[in-house]
Amino acid sequence: MQIGIFSVGDVTQDPTDGTTPTEHERIKASVAIARKAEEIGLDVFAIGQHHNPPFATSSPTTTLAYIAAQTENLLLSTATTLITTTDPVRIAEDYGMLQHLADGRVDLMLGRGNTGPVYPWFGKDIRQGVPLAIENYHLLHRLWHEEVVNWSGRFRTPLQSFTLSPQPLDDVAPFVWHGSIRTPEIAEQAAYYGDGFFHNNIFWNKEFTGQMIDLYRERYEHYGHGAADQAIVGLGGQFFMRRNAQEARREFHPYFDNAPVYGHGPTMEDFMDQTPLTVGSPQEVIEKTLSFREYAGDYQRQLFLVDHAGLPLKTVLEQLDLFGEEVLPVLRREYDAARPAHVPEAPTHASLVERRRAGADPVPGGRDDSPAGRERTAARTGADA
Amino acid sequence: MTAAPTIAVVTAGLSQPSSTALLADRLVEAARAALRAAGAEPRVVRIDLRGLAHGIADHLTMGFPSGELARSLDALREADAIVAVTPTFKAGYSGLFKSFWDLVPDGEFDGVPALLAATGGTARHSLMIDTALRPLFAYLKADAVPTGVFAATDDFGGADPDGDDSLQRRIDRAAGELAARVLWRAVGSPTTSPAGVTARGSALAVDESSRGRHDESPWREHDDSSRSRHDESSHGNAPDHDAAPKPPRRPSRPEGLPPLRVTPFERLLQG
Repeated sequence: MQIGIFSVGDVTQDPTDGTTPTEHERIKASVAIARKAEEIGLDVFAIGQHHNPPFATSSPTTTLAYIAAQTENLLLSTATTLITTTDPVRIAEDYGMLQHLADGRVDLMLGRGNTGPVYPWFGKDIRQGVPLAIENYHLLHRLWHEEVVNWSGRFRTPLQSFTLSPQPLDDVAPFVWHGSIRTPEIAEQAAYYGDGFFHNNIFWNKEFTGQMIDLYRERYEHYGHGAADQAIVGLGGQFFMRRNAQEARREFHPYFDNAPVYGHGPTMEDFMDQTPLTVGSPQEVIEKTLSFREYAGDYQRQLFLVDHAGLPLKTVLEQLDLFGEEVLPVLRREYDAARPAHVPEAPTHASLVERRRAGADPVPGGRDDSPAGRERTAARTGADA
Repeated sequence: MTAAPTIAVVTAGLSQPSSTALLADRLVEAARAALRAAGAEPRVVRIDLRGLAHGIADHLTMGFPSGELARSLDALREADAIVAVTPTFKAGYSGLFKSFWDLVPDGEFDGVPALLAATGGTARHSLMIDTALRPLFAYLKADAVPTGVFAATDDFGGADPDGDDSLQRRIDRAAGELAARVLWRAVGSPTTSPAGVTARGSALAVDESSRGRHDESPWREHDDSSRSRHDESSHGNAPDHDAAPKPPRRPSRPEGLPPLRVTPFERLLQG
């Protein structure tokens, strides 16, 4: 089980004292948080990509490379990389470069972005969001798996005899997660390629998250990459804790009430009841987090949002210290004890190198002996007859 | 005859007793009578928005429904006909009424018969049905019946000045139009395929345009677990529903949201 944190990198006023960090302070805070993540033994640090205020995360690979230089073990990822508005050739180059510099401690999560005005800044149209995600990733996948690419599509100038530089480290591309909250096409896409599927989880009720994950798992099996319970699933989570639960709730309340996404809506208590949010003691965080398995099955990656809504850096670092002491060891123990032997761990560069050596890389759309492959054969022979 | 169309009645009255709710009662009774005359025994699902006001606000801010609101949206999605009744506020439908309809996904009511009705302090607002309600239901692609029913305070005043109880006549006329559409749809019209191919109750439905609707019954299937406590009808009246096949696996479809539909990836790639 990989346990880590993901940040949207929002620059938000602290509602308790009215101060707002500068972009510079916020960017440096992200680095400090990543270093703390490494210090307490987390596996993953992921950062978003946004091109509009109040976010200060327009260039994730720059940030991640800087963090990579200051860490040893942390796996660096994104939440999310915009596959719609970023040229897939640039994604292949930037993340390929990062992968080399970080000695393979890199993967990425692709997302579409839901802010309409951002798309035209990059020459795109949000109404084409899903087709862009489909076509751009199809190209990215080819760039990372074929040495010479000839390609043409709807959304980008054609490529003739294009060879990516640098080629992926050890001929193994960074692992790709596809993130989506409510778009079945993206779950289908993740399943088709045998990639991972990540559900943000934190703003949604568990039944809905479970529905999307079920869909991905069923289709993963359909494409023959493994049984449904062997599909690679990641989830978001969110907590604020103090040793004393009442103290945690008192302290977090103003941040919740004014938070950018869910503030000024439901009460914190209702939100805790209906979503993964835990505000309370370390024990409550443990119990809630372990309950995600009930609707997501045995999954591979758990990322927490800890640094949003104007929480000061000092508080965030305290949260992580407490998490490292009280929560992380228990979660590791419980996840390991619960996971059946046939359910795989989250992919790492080392495991992907091993998989490639064993000739077990997933085939997009499934091999001929997969349910999808047999359907294709049947359709073909049916057409011939 | 075991056919049992479901009528969902959405009322947005705020006071209790509410003249909007009273009008809804009369419309439902008239629709029930018209359907019975044709041999169909309707089930009625009542959705009173006053009790859902907090849930509606939470859905608007959080992005997903929960609790009673989620069950009501499920019941509405399954309905064969809609009766929508709102009070007139500031020359239009109430904000609560509109907020509720803002939460239904597009395309969910394509071709579903709808009876539009409203109450108001004065008959001078009666065109509100045509200027406000009708465009909303046109957007939803519902099949709104030609007769809208507006009841002003005068209509509830007892003695009808013309002595002909014209409110009841309008109610009967609109209910008759609604019933005719429900019956017509049940016979099967090639132009209506409201929900596409979806395995109700399952998390997953594969969208294959070559396949027809999965259910043979002219009425949509009902998932009894999603029935709200507003359901007035007895399940004993509809044995065919109880015998409906259970969902294939993982009956974890969340309340208040439509089932997910999958387009096979090869088709997505083709654009």
